Amino acid sequence: MTNQGVDLLTINSGEAEQPFCYTVGLEGSKFLTEIRDNKRFVGIKCPKCGKVYVPPRKVCGPCFTEMTEWVPVKDEGYLHSYTILRFAFLDPETGKEKPVPYGYAFIRLDGADTDFQHYVEIKDEKKVKIGARVRAVFEEKRAGKITDVKHFVVID
Amino acid sequence: MAKEKTAIVATGQTHHRSSRLDVNGIELIHEAVTRCLEDGELTIDDIDAVVIGNMDHFEGINYVDTWSIDGSGAFMKPIIKVTTGGTTGSTVGHCGYHLVASGMFDKVLAIGWEKNSESDTTAAITTAFDPIWDRLVFAGAISGLAVEAMAYMVKYGATEKDAARVAVRDRKHATNNPYAQLRKEVSIEDVMNSPMLSDPIKLLDVCPRTDGACAVVFASEQYAEKICDRPAWIHGISAKHPYNYLGDYDWEDRLPSMQMASKELYAKAGIKEPLKEIDVMELYLPYSCAGLSWIEALGLCGPGQAPKLLWDGVTDMGGELPINPSGGVIATNCIGATALLRISEAAVQVMGRGGKRQVPDVNTALASGFGGCFWSDVTLLKSTKPK
Repeated sequence: MTNQGVDLLTINSGEAEQPFCYTVGLEGSKFLTEIRDNKRFVGIKCPKCGKVYVPPRKVCGPCFTEMTEWVPVKDEGYLHSYTILRFAFLDPETGKEKPVPYGYAFIRLDGADTDFQHYVEIKDEKKVKIGARVRAVFEEKRAGKITDVKHFVVID
Repeated sequence: MAKEKTAIVATGQTHHRSSRLDVNGIELIHEAVTRCLEDGELTIDDIDAVVIGNMDHFEGINYVDTWSIDGSGAFMKPIIKVTTGGTTGSTVGHCGYHLVASGMFDKVLAIGWEKNSESDTTAAITTAFDPIWDRLVFAGAISGLAVEAMAYMVKYGATEKDAARVAVRDRKHATNNPYAQLRKEVSIEDVMNSPMLSDPIKLLDVCPRTDGACAVVFASEQYAEKICDRPAWIHGISAKHPYNYLGDYDWEDRLPSMQMASKELYAKAGIKEPLKEIDVMELYLPYSCAGLSWIEALGLCGPGQAPKLLWDGVTDMGGELPINPSGGVIATNCIGATALLRISEAAVQVMGRGGKRQVPDVNTALASGFGGCFWSDVTLLKSTKPK
């Protein structure tokens, strides 16, 4: 690499991999396996404030209370907010440039009180707007990953 | 509650650039610390303890507290490192304040720094977010801010041109600041015609990435006026870090953490009409639209009214409440130093040491920090001692 015409000392890991093995927890696991096995979303409800969290997690932070009540959530909802990413950037998850443009959406699924983040298809940009109804499109082959949901499409 | 009345008595900063190839990180820190000590006519022997902060993953150095000793001057002194994302600099400042206000130390050196040229900033920021639920679609700071801007503009009818007015102001102010990175004015047309990065944010709407450092000395009442003839007394701080996942954020609510923090701060300091009672603000506005919705969160005007305030020149130099005389974050963004620079610049204004960027007769100044998952920190400084 160079900067201002100067050769920089660059240190990298070459082809070596240093994988992380994250635990998603029991609630996160159920969320992902429901998508994989049944193409269904589930949320979890706080016994104190009544908020339904998607994705589900063990603790409602504001109430500092453990949650156990599962709530079915639809695979449809509306675009709470979004942006269309147009600048190329390095994806730290792959080490490669992320393909742009893409729709980065915060989706309020019917029955949930928080947003689920995913891609929204931007084939017709005019249809992509706040409040638009969207539906999840699932992959044919699913592996228990967040990418088992291919993306969301506007259904208005 | 604070046991000791505490003031900022000295500040120092580097000349900020997109890349400072002339110094390594330790030497960059040393430049800011040396200038800070000179400002207070202090030596490193006067310092009792040091707080330092940056975001580890930008430089890939994990023991910054020990690694940086030659630069920070913390040799054989207590030193702690704090990191809270974008708010790192304000957390560093708040820690410095806590250490003095608690009565534990009399003179504490607080340092924020970053050498953003040493890695890929967007990739590094992305790794600060949840690996399972946030990272698939997240694209660094710009993407989340774009989502916020979209929600604000749709709900309140503000335009991209209104937002551009903020960038034009900050870049104009930066021409008065010899330390700023971007010291060239831009016009509304320049901003509007710059490339779209992430709807509705364009290239000239956002902060750069910077190599730079900032240092501040906090002192107890016993020493403050001996070191500085016009210290900047801390009258209150507030930190609100409410969210975990980005999906939990109330996008159209105009930075609720800032609303909560400023409300608490104003109550502590007895401020009822911030627009009238505060003389200058140094705000962590990482992109233009924040200069609209977040000043509403600070209670300067009602929801959706910020564009009018901007176009009327209320927040320009010479206006009723100048914002970012330094040029702010849109002109300089050495991330771990950015929020400490806001506190430092607010103190400079109270001390009357701002040179060309000085606002006349500053008695009350507010500084803000922003970061993490839409977190806010605020600090209020005055020329008068707290009761």
